[in-house]
Amino acid sequence: MPRINSPTELEELRKSILSKRDPDRPCIAICAGTSCLALGNDRVIGAFEEEIKKQSLEAKVDIRATGCHGFCEKGPNIVIYPEEICYMEVIPEGVSDIISQTVLGKKVIDRLIYTDPNTGEKAAHQSEIPFYKNQMRHLIGNNTKVDPKSIDDYLALGGYSALSKSLFEMTPEQVLEEIKKANLRGRGGGGFPTGLKWETARNAPGEKKYVIVNAHEGEPGAFMDRALFTGNPHSVLEGLIIGAYAIGSHQGFIYTRHDTPQLRNNIVVALTQAEGYGLLGENILGSGFNFNVEVHLDIGIFVSGESSALMRSIEGKTPEPRPKYIRTAVSGIWEKPSNLNNVETWANVPQIINNGSEWYTSIGTERSKGTKLISLSGNICNTGVVEVPMGTSLREIVYDIGGGIPNGKKLKAIHFGGPLGGSIPASLLDTPLDFDELAKLGAPMGAGGMLVMDEDTNMVDVARFFLNFLTDESCGKCVPCREGIRQMLKILTNITQGKGREGDVALLEELAEVAGNASLCALGRTSSNPLLSTLYYFRDEYEGIKENG
Amino acid sequence: MDNDRIDQIIDKHQGKASSLIQVLLEIQSENHWLPKEALERVSEKLQVPLTRIRHITTFYKAFSLVPKGRHEIHICMGTACHIRGATHVLDTVQDLTGIRPGETDMDLKFSLETVNCLGCCALGPVMVVGGKYHGKIAPTEAEEALKNYE
Ligand SMILES: Cc1cc2nc3c(=O)[nH]c(=O)nc-3n(C[C@H](O)[C@H](O)[C@H](O)COP(=O)(O)O)c2cc1C
Repeated sequence: MPRINSPTELEELRKSILSKRDPDRPCIAICAGTSCLALGNDRVIGAFEEEIKKQSLEAKVDIRATGCHGFCEKGPNIVIYPEEICYMEVIPEGVSDIISQTVLGKKVIDRLIYTDPNTGEKAAHQSEIPFYKNQMRHLIGNNTKVDPKSIDDYLALGGYSALSKSLFEMTPEQVLEEIKKANLRGRGGGGFPTGLKWETARNAPGEKKYVIVNAHEGEPGAFMDRALFTGNPHSVLEGLIIGAYAIGSHQGFIYTRHDTPQLRNNIVVALTQAEGYGLLGENILGSGFNFNVEVHLDIGIFVSGESSALMRSIEGKTPEPRPKYIRTAVSGIWEKPSNLNNVETWANVPQIINNGSEWYTSIGTERSKGTKLISLSGNICNTGVVEVPMGTSLREIVYDIGGGIPNGKKLKAIHFGGPLGGSIPASLLDTPLDFDELAKLGAPMGAGGMLVMDEDTNMVDVARFFLNFLTDESCGKCVPCREGIRQMLKILTNITQGKGREGDVALLEELAEVAGNASLCALGRTSSNPLLSTLYYFRDEYEGIKENG
Repeated sequence: MDNDRIDQIIDKHQGKASSLIQVLLEIQSENHWLPKEALERVSEKLQVPLTRIRHITTFYKAFSLVPKGRHEIHICMGTACHIRGATHVLDTVQDLTGIRPGETDMDLKFSLETVNCLGCCALGPVMVVGGKYHGKIAPTEAEEALKNYE
C-alpha cells in the first residue's frame, strides 16, 4: 500500500482506482447485514462464489459482500450492478438462474423482484420500490456500493476528500464553525448540538484530549448504527479524524461490544487500511496532523452506552456513571477532555464538510437538520433500516415506507427511544420526525428505534416490559434508580396480573417523580418515560385492568 | 481447558491486565463457561486479584461460572420480538426444557438465556440454538425445532 503524502496524491490514487474499474462490469452486491446473515446469507454468498467458479467467470463478474441494504424484511437481499436490479428473498438454489439469466443474459427474473402487496405491481430498482424510493439515503445508501473491507471502494466514491479539504483548506476553527452552522445535533439520544460539544472540548484546558465513537447501540430495537458502521466503516472514521482535527485531539477510541464481532472486524480492517495509506497515524496526508485510534471491546450492558459509564469502561473499570456537574467534554477518560459522539453523528461530518453547512441546513426542520436513520420494527410490514429527512411525518414512515400494519390490523401506538423513550397514540401520526416535537409529546427520538404497535398491544404490558428491562440493566450504584425502578415494576406487574390496588397509579407517579429527580444518570432519570407516556395517553388501560381484576 | 491454552490466550494480549475482560471473553467463548481453576490462572498470570475477577464475572450476565449445556438456546426479548409474542416462545421453551433463563438442565443438554436485542428485528420472534437462527418462530415451531437436538 503506497503512503499518500498530499491532497494531490490522494486525487491521483483515486483516479488510478477508478481507471482500473470498468463501470459496465457486472457486480453482485450481497447483503451480509445482521438480519440477512441470520437468514443464512452466508450460504447465498457461498453459492455465488461456487457458481462463478463453476462457470469460470472470475475474470468477468465480481461479488461484493456488503453491509445492510436496509430492507431486512425481504432478505436475503442482493443488488446486481450495473443495472442495479434488486432481488429479494434469494436462496442458494436460485443462484445459478441469477447468474445465467440476469448477470449474463441481462434479463430480470420476475419472481425475485419486489411485488407491491396491494397493487401487485412489480419493481426492480430502488428508485421504484416504495420502501426505498420514499427515503433519502445519504448515509446508508452507499452500503450497497462498498465492500466494508475495501478502502478503495470508499475512495472510489470520493471518500476522504472531506478530510483532505479540512486539513488543507480549512483551519480547525473553520471546521468547527461549519459544524456549528450546520446545526448538527447528536444522534445518540440527547440531540445535543455537536458543534457546541466540540467547542467545549477544544477550549477545555489540557494538551491531551480524546475523541470517541459510541458504537454501543444498546437500545433494544435499534440496529441502524451497526448497519452503517459495519457496512461503511470509513464514513464514520473519516468523520472522527475531522472531528479530532477540529478539537485538537491526537487519540481516538471506538467503543464496540462483544456481541457484534463482525462490526469490530470491519473496524479493525478499516483502521489498518487507513493507516496504510497514511490517512491515519503520523503526519496524515503530509499535513503534520497526527491521530491514532484504538478499538475498545467491551461487554455491552445497556448503561455502558451512557457517556460517563462508557468512559469508565475505556479506563478498564466497571461501567458505572458519575454525576455530571462537570461535562465529560471537559473531564472524561482519565480526567482529560473527551468528546463522545454517536456513530451516525460522526458519519454526518464528512457530508457537511464536502457539501457545506448551507446544503445541510436545507434538509430537515427548523431545529432538526439533515437526515435521520431509523430502525423500523414491530407490527409493521417492512421492518428495516430507514433514512429520511428530519421533518418526515410518522405517517409517511409507517405507511409509505413501512407498508403499513400487517394482518389487516389497526395501528395503535408508536414508541420511540427504547426503554428511556415513550409511546404516542395513532392519533398523533402526523407528527414530524423532529427532536423537539417528539420530546414535547413525551416520546423523545432516542437513537432512532421506532417501534410500531398494532391494536392487540397491551400498553400497560409495554410499560412493564421496559421497566423489567431496566431493573436488569440498572448498574445499582444509586438508590433512586435501583430501588425506584424495582418498586414501579412490582406495582405494574400486580396491575397486569389483575392484582392492582386503589392508589397504585398515584404511587407510580410519585415513584416516577423521585427516580426522575434524584437518579445519578439519565438511565434512572428517564426510566419512567415509557410509564408516564402510557399513563398519559392510555390511562384507561391502567384503570380498565384494575377494574377487571 | 488446560493451563497451556489459557496461557496462550493471555500471551496473545501481551499479558496486559487491561485486557482482562477480553481474556475472560475468549476463555468463555472456547470453553463455554469459566471454571474456577481458569480464573485462578488468569489472576496469577495477569496479576489481578481474584476478588476483582469475581466482581467482573458476576457483574456481567455474559459470563457463566457454571457449566453450560451442549446446546445454548438464546431467546430474543427485544422490543420487536416482545410485541410479536416472544414471551409465549419463552414459556414454551421453559416448559419443554424444564429450565429458566440462566439455567442448564441436569443432563447438560440445554442452557437457556434471554438476550435484549439481536438486531435482526425483521425476524422476530427469534430463537437461536447453538448459533442457528430460527426466525418468525411460533411456540409450536420452537418446540419442534428443539426436538431435533440430542
Ligand atoms: C442509559 C443510557 C444508554 C445510552 N446508550 C447509548 C448508545 O448505545 N449509543 C449512543 O450513541 N448513545 C447512548 N447514550 C447517549 C450517550 O450518553 C451520549 O449522549 C451520546 O453517545 C453522545 O453522542 P451524540 O451527542 O452524538 O448523540 C446512552 C445514554 C444513556 C443514559
